[in-house]
Amino acid sequence: MNYYAIKAIYLHEMDRLWRTLFQSILSPVVSTSLYFIVFGSVIGGMVPQVDGVSYGSFIVPGLLMLTLLTQSLSNSSFGIYMPKFSGSIYEILAAPISSFEIVIGFVGASATKSLIVGSIILITATFFAEVRIDHPFVMVFLLVLTCLTFSLFGFLIGILSENFEQLQVIPLIVVTPLVFLGGSLYSIEMLPEFWQQVSYFNPVVYLINGMRWAFYGVSDINIWTSVFTMLGFLLICIVSTIFILTKGYRIKS
Amino acid sequence: MLETLISIKNLSKTYNNSFEALKSVNLEINKGEIFALLGPNGAGKTTMISIICGLVRPTSGEVKVNGSDIVSEYKITRSQIGYVPQELTLEQFETVFQNVSYTRGLYGKSSNPKHIEKILKDLSLWDKKSMRLGQLSGGMKRRVLIAKALSHEPSVLFLDEPTAGVDVELRQDMWRIVEKLRQSGVTIILTTHYIEEAEAIADRVGVIDNGEMIVVDETSKLISRMGQKKLTIQLQEKVMQLPESLAKYNLELASDGFSLAYSYDKESKQTGITNLLQQVKDSGMKLSDLKTEQGTLEDIFVSLVHKEKK
Ligand SMILES: Nc1ncnc2c1ncn2[C@@H]1O[C@H](COP(=O)(O)OP(=O)(O)OP(=O)(O)O)[C@@H](O)[C@H]1O
Ligand SMILES: [Mg+2]
Repeated sequence: MNYYAIKAIYLHEMDRLWRTLFQSILSPVVSTSLYFIVFGSVIGGMVPQVDGVSYGSFIVPGLLMLTLLTQSLSNSSFGIYMPKFSGSIYEILAAPISSFEIVIGFVGASATKSLIVGSIILITATFFAEVRIDHPFVMVFLLVLTCLTFSLFGFLIGILSENFEQLQVIPLIVVTPLVFLGGSLYSIEMLPEFWQQVSYFNPVVYLINGMRWAFYGVSDINIWTSVFTMLGFLLICIVSTIFILTKGYRIKS
Repeated sequence: MLETLISIKNLSKTYNNSFEALKSVNLEINKGEIFALLGPNGAGKTTMISIICGLVRPTSGEVKVNGSDIVSEYKITRSQIGYVPQELTLEQFETVFQNVSYTRGLYGKSSNPKHIEKILKDLSLWDKKSMRLGQLSGGMKRRVLIAKALSHEPSVLFLDEPTAGVDVELRQDMWRIVEKLRQSGVTIILTTHYIEEAEAIADRVGVIDNGEMIVVDETSKLISRMGQKKLTIQLQEKVMQLPESLAKYNLELASDGFSLAYSYDKESKQTGITNLLQQVKDSGMKLSDLKTEQGTLEDIFVSLVHKEKK
């Protein structure tokens, strides 16, 4: 293992975070705060308790997941796309590093950043709603799992994208709808029967409900089903990454 | 006894299953030498270097660096190689020092600020160490790329057109740096379009065209072996058109009409000079002066590449 290389990539990526600290952290904090103000306070005032907690508290796990997911995706997709775009990726390709080591460096840094932002969001949330965490270990486990999985997914998007449009299109047209329809702002039991059934095909539903269980011990879905669905998705990402990197697809001719 | 450092056997590269950029190239690079790769645009120089450095996959053939295979033992070969790309590909926002240290890390070396400092000083970059890469001029960026390539103390250095778009002073700096590196035992392979550059610093040159290695030889030998000589005949009176009888000599008539140039191979038994002069006289032209010159690498290059095209 080329540990120095992993460390170099990891720190190099983290450096980008410190350089852009303000926007990296400020923008998710602002947007999450807006969600709490608009949904939590305004709508929450009209909605009775959901699953035994106030609406404001109910949306905390969902919003946290939403942030983790979008942050992880954008961190790692930009992280690998930028050197491709500037051409500086040549030095990673010419260095004595395996694909596996490259992935650990990039995905590790992206996941770390998302965890930092996630923690700040969680702290922010406590200013707007009462937050309770019934299963802290499960919560941390799910946080880490989500950050890793979606950082890996973002890495794939970054590798496969040939231009900025493609880089942004997947998060925009695939992920955003899935997240909104993933029950971050409502319980899927509130949906009509048909849409409830459709929701079970949305992986984000499992994610958000898993997190909600970790917070309040309530969920539309069994916690194990959630965990295994997420592990399954992680596995798919890992296999695709290995496949693409061993083929050198869109990086090496 | 010369020791082979890099051995390239039947190396071919076909891009996108259609374009053959390298056609079964064979080449050996000796330890400690400066090797210049010459060739017109699109000849395959960058492709060849990129394969050895791991940026492009070979289609077939084999390359060994210090006895290790570049594909199956890439970790061993790449850690010995420093590579300076043709394009100025750098990120924008990092500082010079950070970025050079980063490359060292990528090559699996523990950080060594002293060594980085030495390289930056050698390349006159020390006062720029805290500048962001995006703020540097082209020539400085080129130096940063070289600093990066040297950051992990490689034993082989590939320089893809190190002096393209570089001013005269920096070019001579570059030559000095290359010479210094060679003295410290580094083997250097560089590509260039400037033939006088190859003549000035390379021990050996290889000429590549259309993906084929046309000739490889010691620079001085190549010049004397392939060296054409040029005979210039000055005329007393202006000539508008060459007579039929001189057609077979491939003479070049100067645009002012006052001189003829004849190229010949000085090694051959019959240079054709005697007959030429006889026929010039017979056709009624009057000579005012004669001059012969040794051909340069540039002439050789042009004639080689020209022959290929035919
Ligand atoms: N990634 C690629 N995909 C397809 N064709 C390529 C690719 N890279 C290079 N080529 C082609 O291969 C040929 C050789 O290119 P290469 O860059 O090796 O030439 P070169 O000798 O370095 O030229 P120059 O002096 O202009 O730098 C060219 O015709 C080029 O168009
Ligand atoms: Mg080139």
